[in-house]
Amino acid sequence: MDFLLEVLVGGLLSGVMYSLVAIGFVLIYKTSGVLNFAQGAQLLFAALTFVSLVEREVPFVAALAITLGAMVVIGLAIERFVLRPLVNQPPITLFMATLGLSYVIEGASQLLWGAQVHGLDLGIDDAPIEAAGIFISQFDLFAAGIAGAMVLALVLFFRKTRTGLAFRAVADDQVAALSVGIRLPRVWVAVWIAAGVVALVSGLLWGARLGVQFSLSLVVLKALPVLVLGGFDSVAGAIVGGLLIGAAEKLAEVYIGPLFGGGIEGWFAYVAALAFLLVRPSGLFGQKLVERV
Amino acid sequence: MTGTPLLVVDDIEVVYQQAILALRGLSLSVDAGQAVTLLGANGAGKSTALKAVSNLLRAERGRVTRGRVLFEGQDIGRLDTADLVEAGVIQVLEGRHCFPQLTVEENLISGAVSRRLRGRALRAALDRVYDLFPRLVPKRGINAGYTSGGEQQMLAIGRALMARPRLIALDEPSMGLAPLVVEEIFDILHRLRDEEGISLLIAEQNAAVALRHADHAYIVENGRAVVDGPAADIAARPDVRDLYFGLSASSERTPHAPGAPVLTESP
Repeated sequence: MDFLLEVLVGGLLSGVMYSLVAIGFVLIYKTSGVLNFAQGAQLLFAALTFVSLVEREVPFVAALAITLGAMVVIGLAIERFVLRPLVNQPPITLFMATLGLSYVIEGASQLLWGAQVHGLDLGIDDAPIEAAGIFISQFDLFAAGIAGAMVLALVLFFRKTRTGLAFRAVADDQVAALSVGIRLPRVWVAVWIAAGVVALVSGLLWGARLGVQFSLSLVVLKALPVLVLGGFDSVAGAIVGGLLIGAAEKLAEVYIGPLFGGGIEGWFAYVAALAFLLVRPSGLFGQKLVERV
Repeated sequence: MTGTPLLVVDDIEVVYQQAILALRGLSLSVDAGQAVTLLGANGAGKSTALKAVSNLLRAERGRVTRGRVLFEGQDIGRLDTADLVEAGVIQVLEGRHCFPQLTVEENLISGAVSRRLRGRALRAALDRVYDLFPRLVPKRGINAGYTSGGEQQMLAIGRALMARPRLIALDEPSMGLAPLVVEEIFDILHRLRDEEGISLLIAEQNAAVALRHADHAYIVENGRAVVDGPAADIAARPDVRDLYFGLSASSERTPHAPGAPVLTESP
């Protein structure tokens, strides 16, 4: 029983990291209807910039601030040079644009910082601590705490600020938002900056876990089953979906894995998502269209 | 009523997606404090005319290819929709377009985003709308998607009022609503014109109601305003009665050639 609990908690905690990446997608999808394929490249760029600065003896806080600044600049540039010229184009065009964007950002980070693998130490031990008879990774707890704080900050932003209200209005009905005088480009800039910040945080956490290297941009693929499960347009869905995928993955590895000779953790999430698609195509929390009949 | 035109639409041509010609030389004008209605069949170009005024064409890949739109003598063709809202022109879209997942009150507040209101000023603006639409008061905490069609229309008008417009362009405010609700809404529009001097440009298929409440009417056909005049005169024209009320004084109507204008310039 303790063992089951330990696997479950470990899975949930690693699921938080999936949620974090998924939230980056949801923010942009909700407001502009684009599945931002460049999220992974942004995440990689943030982690790589940060780690390279730290290796050049820049103090931790300054490196964080500089990286944050870079993510803001990237957000502004994407809105200005990619989204604005493509406004009112079909979603597939925008998706292709973000696909191209991801290569540009990856290439730029390689040009800027080189292609070596870096270790990233956030100063948190990965040693397990014991609580109530089960072992929990300290790092996982820390990551979960950061992700939780991030989500709380986003929720407060959306509920309490004028920009947040504008964001939700745009997410609900773009044409109506336009007609009441909401400046869509400003909302998009805000959203891309927010997504950049999310990419920074998840980039650091994932980078510390896996090492900062180019395959880091592939962690976004893990966000896809999370989004299928939770719904592409729900922040709450991204959180719950991440937790579910994290837990299911670990449990499957331990209990179903031996039947296949192990190693199913890598693909179980995708199979689960596929099965889920058949039952609930809009996800657990996907927007049920409020409609009068 | 001073008689200075607040809005002038001067011979505009509108093309969608560089291919579909929707307006071919439409002209109209709205005086300050006047309620003007655009009548016409489906696809005649009423909605396009309104979107050309409120600069919403770009969102549908449409463009004004000829002519000008003047608001207070200024060419507004190049303004953003948001700039135009700040200048005092706002549109209430066909089909209401409230934000379904936002509460009624949040919908109203969203209308004031461009004015950066907060605290007491925001409260005052909200109370003004609630005074006009008391039916929204008990619903203020409910998601707009769960309110009735009439309430949504009121909400859409209230949301537009939050921006303190001087001209509201309304696209089919009566669509899908019960006759009593339609009357209620037009009564309120009337009050807005009389008490606050807000000018109205209303596209309507419900000609009977629109003509009863408007000062001036234009009839739009094939992308042009073919006839215009004081609403009462238009309502009295037998050919208009035939076409738009279905109550024909002379049940015999001469059939017209396809493509030819149904109505002709008044003598």
